[in-house]
Amino acid sequence: MTQDILDTVAFDDDGFMEDAAAWTEEIAQAIAEALEVNLSDRHWDVIKFARQEFETQGEPPTLRLITQQTEVSMKEMYQLFPGGPAKITANIAGLKKPTGCI
Amino acid sequence: MKTLLILGAGTGGTMVANKMVHELDSREWEIIIVDRDETHYYQPGLLFIPFGIYNPRDVEKPKRDFIPLNVKLILSDIELIEPEKNRVLLSRDKQVINYDYLVIATGSHIHPKETEGLLDGGGWRKNIFDFYSPDGAAELARYLKFWKGGRMVVNVSEMPIKCPVAPLEFLFLADWFFHERGIRDQVEIVYATPLDGAFTKPRAAEVLGGMLEKKGISLEPNFNIGEVDNKKNTIRSWDEREIPYDLLISIPTNMGAEVIKRSGLGDELNFVPIDKHTLQSSAWENIWVIGDAGNAPTSKAGSVAHFMLDVLIDNMLRHMEGLEPLAEFDGHANCFIESGFEQGILIDFNYDVEPLPGKYPLPGLGPFSLLKESPANHWGKMMFRWMYWNILLKGGEMPFESQMTMAGKWQ
Ligand SMILES: Cc1cc2nc3c(=O)[nH]c(=O)nc-3n(C[C@H](O)[C@H](O)[C@H](O)COP(=O)(O)OP(=O)(O)OC[C@H]3O[C@@H](n4cnc5c(N)ncnc54)[C@H](O)[C@@H]3O)c2cc1C
Repeated sequence: MTQDILDTVAFDDDGFMEDAAAWTEEIAQAIAEALEVNLSDRHWDVIKFARQEFETQGEPPTLRLITQQTEVSMKEMYQLFPGGPAKITANIAGLKKPTGCI
Repeated sequence: MKTLLILGAGTGGTMVANKMVHELDSREWEIIIVDRDETHYYQPGLLFIPFGIYNPRDVEKPKRDFIPLNVKLILSDIELIEPEKNRVLLSRDKQVINYDYLVIATGSHIHPKETEGLLDGGGWRKNIFDFYSPDGAAELARYLKFWKGGRMVVNVSEMPIKCPVAPLEFLFLADWFFHERGIRDQVEIVYATPLDGAFTKPRAAEVLGGMLEKKGISLEPNFNIGEVDNKKNTIRSWDEREIPYDLLISIPTNMGAEVIKRSGLGDELNFVPIDKHTLQSSAWENIWVIGDAGNAPTSKAGSVAHFMLDVLIDNMLRHMEGLEPLAEFDGHANCFIESGFEQGILIDFNYDVEPLPGKYPLPGLGPFSLLKESPANHWGKMMFRWMYWNILLKGGEMPFESQMTMAGKWQ
């Protein structure tokens, strides 16, 4: 089921969606499952914020911005998206890979 | 009379004042520059202070010496920028300055408060130090002079930081310094960084990572610090990894100036959003940003501020004539990396091209080896201080082009 959905989506070399506009909540579920993240309401708050930021700013939000603008704390972000919260959020939200730093 | 107001008389602001004074007709324009601090610090020199190579006096000069006579220097805190009214409020005598054009050059600064237990846990300036501030570097020098050895952990709290190679240089110099003092075998050196390798760009990360290994410095990548536990002398990451230390060297979170935040002009780290190719503020046409204060996705470095200079000046002059700004800034950065034992490395890159190996052609001085150790690169770094005070700040011609060149680079 998950794989069927993922097969319909174009990903770049880093595994991020090529077209953010093609994203749906089912796709998010499928990516999350593949990454072994169990999506709760808290996850969705973050994902929706990330989508909204991307729409207005054209870039996925940084971890700092997410924790400033949502109720979710830094500590919780690491629990919700272990390994790399900003990257994984962007990944599940169907956004491009965060440019990170220089 | 029209007014060009420059906020911040550090590397970027000073260069703009020196250039603009030749470009603008003094019968039409008044140029004003504001800074709270009367001392100009040569910040690249802070790196050398902990190891006694420079002393604090070697990196200080009065700001006034670098500001042209017909530019008005005001020493004051900047309280508020009100772009919708084209004016800036200063603390000193509650002055209000109306401007036609504004250049923001307020830089970036360390904020140890952002990390729990770093500033207020009891260890700060006892066995926890920074070297990004003049007093931090000086106190660390005093401490290192008599340190008997142990486990030294160098930690970057959060990216971006200004001069992203400085922590690596610190590690290389520390390795050399402890060798010189004959206690290298008593010291364990650890580098804990939020990055997934030694540096942000892959080719350079590989070379620099290899050098850390060769020097016996261990790397703890993907380490995002959550708190400093001063009782256990341990740093803990958000995902519960712990690294014990005897001596902690912290590069705290870097943020833009408070006044940027107060004025509602910044992003989440108080950096001013700009067009990364024209250097114009994204929000206000008559505001321009140079150096660390902006959010351009390139290194925050003095060399970058220098490469921004010509583009910024041209674009402001074009704007004054009613012309469109040119998208000419390419993110060019170039850094000499001090690697210890009188060797250095040079890296040269921009928005699109990562640091590559090869030779950097420099008429009269070079060529310098790129991404490879050489004594010439060390001397390049040491010579930079002279160039900084005597040429760079005065807006003189440096032997480096603003736009990056591929000449000499191996792909
Ligand atoms: C340890 C270290 C090593 C470095 N090594 C190198 C290197 O090898 N090569 C390199 O190119 N760069 C290096 N850099 C970086 C370089 O020093 C900076 O990138 C450069 O100075 C940035 O210039 P700027 O004009 O943006 O900011 P700054 O030079 O920092 O100037 C900002 C000015 O604004 C003033 N200011 C801020 N807020 C206010 C306010 N509210 N009121 C009044 N005044 C205010 C400050 O007093 C300051 O004078 C290093 C930096 C450090 C810390």
